[in-house]
Amino acid sequence: MPAPVAAVIGAGQAGFQAAASLRDGGFAGRILLVGDEPVLPYQRPPLSKSYLAGQSRVDDLWLRPAEFYAKQQIDLVYGDPVIKIDRGQRRLRLASGIEFSWDHLVLATGAGCRLLPVPGADLDGVLALRTLSDADALRQRLNGSSEVVVVGAGFIGLEFAAVALAAGARVRIIEITHHPMGRVVSAAVSRFFTEAHTGWGAEVALGTGLARILGSGGRVTGVETTDGRRIAADLVLICVGVSPNAALARDAGLAVDNGIVVDEYLRTSDPAISAIGDCANFPTPFALTRVRLESVQNAADQGRCVADRLSGRPVPYQKVPWFWSDQGDLKLQIAGITTGHDNSVLRGNPADRNFSVFCFRGARLIGVESVNRTADHVIARRLLAGDPVLSPEQASDESYDLRAHARRLADR
Amino acid sequence: MPKVTYVHPNGAREVLDVPVGTSVMRAAIVNGVDGIVAECGGEMMCATCHVYVEPEQLDRTPPQSDDEKAMLEFTASERKPNSRLSCQLVATPELDGLVVYLPETQV
Repeated sequence: MPAPVAAVIGAGQAGFQAAASLRDGGFAGRILLVGDEPVLPYQRPPLSKSYLAGQSRVDDLWLRPAEFYAKQQIDLVYGDPVIKIDRGQRRLRLASGIEFSWDHLVLATGAGCRLLPVPGADLDGVLALRTLSDADALRQRLNGSSEVVVVGAGFIGLEFAAVALAAGARVRIIEITHHPMGRVVSAAVSRFFTEAHTGWGAEVALGTGLARILGSGGRVTGVETTDGRRIAADLVLICVGVSPNAALARDAGLAVDNGIVVDEYLRTSDPAISAIGDCANFPTPFALTRVRLESVQNAADQGRCVADRLSGRPVPYQKVPWFWSDQGDLKLQIAGITTGHDNSVLRGNPADRNFSVFCFRGARLIGVESVNRTADHVIARRLLAGDPVLSPEQASDESYDLRAHARRLADR
Repeated sequence: MPKVTYVHPNGAREVLDVPVGTSVMRAAIVNGVDGIVAECGGEMMCATCHVYVEPEQLDRTPPQSDDEKAMLEFTASERKPNSRLSCQLVATPELDGLVVYLPETQV
């Protein structure tokens, strides 16, 4: 019998990890890793942080050097997108026409920037930030821009805003909701970051949408907001979230609903096909509903989980989610999923720029958001990995030793 | 250029020239030294670039930040007094000759 073939579509953090862990975990067959971008697999987080700011070089982004793939006998194909999955024949076809057969297929297709269907969105100077080539274009453009408008105050928009401000640009942020990063953080943290950006010199307009983008001679000159204001701009970054890349899965007849639907073992509606990372919609003990998470942690842990199963060690996916964002001198770290909390307490003082928000649903701790406070973050990850017995009173009492508390729980 | 020796759990040694300003973690990744995972890319969000520094050389290494101390609680292999996150060991002329021991596992 020929050795089995595991094909991984998508060479971002999740696809890379699945391929690397398959080999590391003793998978005996051929491992194929196919990416659509024309470069080696790379880390995305620095694109909106150190790389954009010019503090790291492209060579610092590669997840592994080119030789790694040969040494690990991972067949890496990049710059050649998969255009069709044939489930019946268990084959896949690349844009170049090359075909591969597979026994196990892992979809790690990621997500793409949501577009805003407004007039002027195609003007020169209107950019998005997702890929290395986006970041290169943005970095080049930022150098020489004096008036920047950021549309959407999520992680990416705010990280970019901080970099643009530090680069000397005038920065205006418009956000359609009243809560920057409101999809993922508590009101207290949202407010804190809004004030921080204002303090650094950005102008933040909440409850304000984008009506149109203005231009002259094909180049952007400004934006018009939904409340009729005009703001001059020579660079507009549209960062209003992402959509999962699920077209291949949908075309192949797999269940898709806000991402590719998988079970707790990360299997799609076809058990020979798995989905991981930003594109996967999965059940989790850390939320009341299924979730789709966009993070390094989720990508890497799901890559390992699927590799373990394909190597004969099936374990349901139940890793504690964690996230981070660097904005100016502030480091936001999140453990768990705080969406849906109905009670929260502060530990520390936002005025000191060093605090955490402990979020509860009923009596249960569901997540912790920390600002410049890694010790709390670490404890939170530890607590959430077990049964997180902690009262709001204990959480908010700075004289109460949370580290010892976590140790006692772990020893029980 | 400072030389750093990586010692694998089986005793195998790899010696790298690490440019000043480059971390011991990054040099390992770029040169394909197995045993450093570096999942977060040096953001001190994970502890998968854990190494044990040769004890006699500990006083030559830069002091640990509070963040590093906190994150070292997540090492997959035992945390010892000479445990460090290699992303925080940035090469300087003083670190020339550094020896780091790779743990059994990083995840």
